[in-house]
Amino acid sequence: MEEPPALVRAHGWRAILIALLVLACPNVWAHKPSDSYLTLQVADRRVDGQWDIALRDLEYALGLDTNQDNQITWGELRTHHEAIASYALAHLHLNADAHDCPTTTSAHLVDSHSDGAYEVLRFTADCPSSITNLRVDYRLFFDLDPQHKGLLHLESAVGTRTAILGIDDPVQTFSLQSTGWFAAVRQYMSLGIWHIWTGFDHLLFLFSLLLPAVLTRHNKQWQAAPTLRVSLWDVAKVVTAFTLAHSVTLSLAALGFVTIPSRLVESTIAASVVLAACNNLYPVTLERRWLLAFSFGLIHGFGFASVLTDLGLKSGSLLTSLVAFNVGVECGQLALVCLFIPVVWRLRGGLFYQRLVMMGGSCAIAVLALVWFSERAFLIKLL
Amino acid sequence: MNIVRLIASVMMCGGLVATSAWATPYVPTQDSDILERLPDTVADGRARELRALRTALTAEPDNLTLAVQLASDYIELGRVTGDPRYAGYAQSALTPWWNDSAPPIPVLVLRAQLRQRVHAFDTALADLDLVLKTDPREARARLLRATIRQVIGDYPHAAADCAALARVANPLLGTHCRASIMSMTGELAQAYALLTPAAEHIGSLDTGTASWVLTSLAEMADRMGDAARATGLFKQALALTPTDQYLLIAYADFLLAEGRGAEVVPLLKPFPRVDGLLLRYALALQATGADNLDAIAQLRARFAASAARGETVHRREQARFVLELEHDSVLAVKLARDNWAVQKEPADLRILIAAARAAKADDVLESAHRWVLDHHFQDQRLGALAPLTAGS
Repeated sequence: MEEPPALVRAHGWRAILIALLVLACPNVWAHKPSDSYLTLQVADRRVDGQWDIALRDLEYALGLDTNQDNQITWGELRTHHEAIASYALAHLHLNADAHDCPTTTSAHLVDSHSDGAYEVLRFTADCPSSITNLRVDYRLFFDLDPQHKGLLHLESAVGTRTAILGIDDPVQTFSLQSTGWFAAVRQYMSLGIWHIWTGFDHLLFLFSLLLPAVLTRHNKQWQAAPTLRVSLWDVAKVVTAFTLAHSVTLSLAALGFVTIPSRLVESTIAASVVLAACNNLYPVTLERRWLLAFSFGLIHGFGFASVLTDLGLKSGSLLTSLVAFNVGVECGQLALVCLFIPVVWRLRGGLFYQRLVMMGGSCAIAVLALVWFSERAFLIKLL
Repeated sequence: MNIVRLIASVMMCGGLVATSAWATPYVPTQDSDILERLPDTVADGRARELRALRTALTAEPDNLTLAVQLASDYIELGRVTGDPRYAGYAQSALTPWWNDSAPPIPVLVLRAQLRQRVHAFDTALADLDLVLKTDPREARARLLRATIRQVIGDYPHAAADCAALARVANPLLGTHCRASIMSMTGELAQAYALLTPAAEHIGSLDTGTASWVLTSLAEMADRMGDAARATGLFKQALALTPTDQYLLIAYADFLLAEGRGAEVVPLLKPFPRVDGLLLRYALALQATGADNLDAIAQLRARFAASAARGETVHRREQARFVLELEHDSVLAVKLARDNWAVQKEPADLRILIAAARAAKADDVLESAHRWVLDHHFQDQRLGALAPLTAGS
């Protein structure tokens, strides 16, 4: 099964972010009873699953520590991926309206929770028809540790639900009967917000264009912008241009009027980030950055649309979903801009901002985006 | 500028920990990346023994002797390390009998122990009643029932168990049991005097029992307001069992109450995995004016994880966390009250009164006060928390 592009392209960046954060906060693992974290996202006939299972529990069940040195390395985990997937998925049965939904593994990742490292098993389940009642039959580790619990997050059009799956109630059924228009709007709005918050390439493009908004340039030197009014006007122009452009192409693509191959879209998006960042290092245009925002915003819109088309929308609700999703994207974007502006406004006067953030940050963004571009355009793996 | 950057990095750290229950997955870059360090039991010969037992039991799951042996070993390992996963492994060994209404006696005792761990006191007591009806001389069941009855505040029945215990076990166990009950019911000084001779013959006891007696004496001395003697006893106990968690918590609480937080920091620094110890560590950092944001974020994430699995075992700890580190006295009172409904040890009363006083919850204070009067309960520390006994 292929993953949604947003997930694939986020990994490299996330790994860096995690590494930085882990360095910043020395983590201390807790003693905790055994839990797994199971997230199921239901859309129509399909369930996207993410299952976080503690390495310690997998070690107890399957023996991951091949060389018996009391440490589990990524290499040891990797060689057990197949065994883990078949063991875990043999202990989870999803059933929609009395029909089994067979599961397929889609990815293996790693994550940390409060008591240590976890295998992150991503999978999909395909049900024969649209899911109205989902039955979850969970039996992981109960034979080895009857106190183990599966903590379920079930996300669907009717909202998010949580449940605790334990040895005394391993089978639970959830009704996903849609409560109508309002729930759908809410779901697509939050999908939009989530997409912009995790779509690092869109954000880096926008932020690269916004970094100079609190500065002016004289004699090839950056200086703090004198008034907030001027800066805000600049921000408004860039954000509005970006919004208008990507809304237009998002609609055109989602409604099926225009289709562009995703490899081209994704590569161009990466290239747009490179250009926006380079424009901060060697400014070609500063006043008319809104024009950059608009022209490349058009291509970013196609990127947003791929999320909607991946969900396989039904034509009846397409327009509602499209509008709700778009509104979600704009709200998420606006919230981040509102967080971003006060910080950079406050920092703009110092060398920290003018040199480190503006130049160093743009440089880092350009390099990262260049890597993305190479990965997407030439289908190679660098990060 | 620095402030803004500091706030930004703190928010990132806090955010990471707060969202760590559903954090961001990644793919490691190197095969040699170490993801997890397993509990250090391989060096310990016991680990190999346990593995052999587990293999033998897998081949023969209905073998009662093997099952009881393995379950006892896991329970002990859990007690020593404070790692609750071992309780689950122990329960697993007992699976063939776990849901029986009348399993064999050794299984009943272990099942009661495991149920008591998760504060399922009612079902634990039912198991122990069954054991003692069949075999009144079963000393472990007698001791456990006395302990549970004392924890839930059923002193008359607990005292009866102590008397019976003295007849079937090492007399010291009976004496300790009796002294504990006396200390809760208006005879604190007498209890201290009763138990003191045992401390004088400490050499004849095994280190675990010796430390246990010394810890009880230290706690009594503290409640009598004799801080110097309490310090000496705690230190004696620590010399015997330097990693005993109950002892570390009791000693840390004593030091914190004495305003000696600076001594707690080095004492608890090596034990960040255990929530109760991390909590005291964070309190000590706060008391000494040191940075404890990371510890607080850790604790918040752990209590959230515990809530997510529907657990209520740590309400006493959580009430204290919420009151003293999150400064939410209203929530603290709620937690302390729910906790007090289940268990009634001196520490439960202390947090109940502290929270009620902070939240100005007069009804809670009054019912706590009534309980103190009804049981003639003595604790100098309560005087410092709320002038209840002096006030009326």
